[in-house]
Amino acid sequence: MNFLAGKWFSDWLEGLGRIAMMTRETVLSLLTFKARWRDLLYQIYFIGIKSQSVVLVTGAFTGMVLGAQTYFQFHKVQMDTATLAVVGVSMCDELGPVLTALMVAGRVGAAIAAEIGTMRVTEQIDALRTLATHPVDYLVVPRLIATHIALPLLTIEAIAIGIGSCYLVGVYLLGIDPAFLWEDAKIYTHDIDLAIGVVKAFIFGGIIALIACYKGMTCPMGAEGVGRATTEAVVYSSITILICNFFLTLIIGKLVGLM
Amino acid sequence: MIEVRQLQRSFGSQKILDGVDLRIETGESAVIIGRSGGGKSVLLKHLIGLLQPDGGEVLVDGESIGRMNERQLLRVREKFGMVFQGAALFDSMTVEENVAFPLERKRTLTAGEVRRRVAHALEVVDLPGTEKKKPAELSGGMRKRVGLARAIVYEPQIILYDEPTTGLDPIVSDSIDNLIIRVRDHLKVTSVVVTHDMRSARRVGNHVFMLHEKKIYANGAPEEFFASQDAIVRQFIDGVADADDTLIK
Repeated sequence: MNFLAGKWFSDWLEGLGRIAMMTRETVLSLLTFKARWRDLLYQIYFIGIKSQSVVLVTGAFTGMVLGAQTYFQFHKVQMDTATLAVVGVSMCDELGPVLTALMVAGRVGAAIAAEIGTMRVTEQIDALRTLATHPVDYLVVPRLIATHIALPLLTIEAIAIGIGSCYLVGVYLLGIDPAFLWEDAKIYTHDIDLAIGVVKAFIFGGIIALIACYKGMTCPMGAEGVGRATTEAVVYSSITILICNFFLTLIIGKLVGLM
Repeated sequence: MIEVRQLQRSFGSQKILDGVDLRIETGESAVIIGRSGGGKSVLLKHLIGLLQPDGGEVLVDGESIGRMNERQLLRVREKFGMVFQGAALFDSMTVEENVAFPLERKRTLTAGEVRRRVAHALEVVDLPGTEKKKPAELSGGMRKRVGLARAIVYEPQIILYDEPTTGLDPIVSDSIDNLIIRVRDHLKVTSVVVTHDMRSARRVGNHVFMLHEKKIYANGAPEEFFASQDAIVRQFIDGVADADDTLIK
């Protein structure tokens, strides 16, 4: 038992060390910008444009269900018009960035890990290296920059759709007064809330890209290896996002004076 | 010139190479033969720095590459082209994009010049007109030829071939051998071919190395090597399971 725990811990430490080395290599490559614009634009298209449906549905239904639940509770104490304010702050600070990141981790993280993992098992990564191309420059950097750009934009979109959906549900389904609903939302939702969401999304984008690329590049040989790398990329990036979100909330809360 | 000194490499507890020594002169066409799973491809990957040795040294033009990091190796690898056993073409790209890849990464040529050189490389490997096809639309032999076109398009000094004829029918194998000879003679490159195809080894090599029991067991010019009376060498050349059944006794 002790042996197994020791092995698990040493494997975990080794993985952490390797991902740190890959991050270092990525930062060095970013400083000299060896990626091609064409690759970068394709990745932004793949991560940003192709994730539209997932993000729109997630944002809309999260806003609607949160709005309905908030209304059910607030209605008991005659605070119906505060519904959109609660949804606005929740979507901006937490739900927008976290749910968007989780959905993108599932769609994009899996795709990145599977693509790079397949390249590894079919010797395409070795071929890149023989063609004097560093795999980090060609595979990791464009994906990292693209997720850093796309995820904050997708998050803003999810927040806007979530708030809009909540407004529609509140006004047309639950019968809340639209003027007071909107005014309360404007009073209690600040620019800083949106900024917090964007900062979190930027960091989550990096987490998704780095974990997915790392899992792909170190994927065990064979079809089973690619499958395992894909699953691990999604699971590890989702868990890391949830854990990081807690600490980011505390750190940002302290920085902006909420604590 | 490539020199390997006392190369050692293990995977886990299994030792694959244990004190390999070899020297390949500039312009030479070396063939490395040996049994399947004997470490030929592992040795080849050490020559270009895809694998790092546990012990010993690999020198390319006098420069030791065994302890270089990935960025330092990129400079050394510009001298090399490599043809993989499974071709290792980028399956998201067309044939043209695959062959153009090393030229476009360098960003020193105009688009027209890249297209011209790609067309010429595809002509050398007898595959003109396939530019717009995807690797999945090509046969195994055609994929290997595209792999060769990609390896020669930037005119490297050394080309490594990892089992170029494995899995191909005898006619396609012969055409691949012809291509290797044509590239060797026209571009005056150093060639290193890993194979267990004896016909191919006789045709393309002017120096044969036999890897056996984790070491270079025998080496020499093809005519001298293939006339060897050594039981182990004969067993491999004649392709018999039992050393006592060799054709020359």
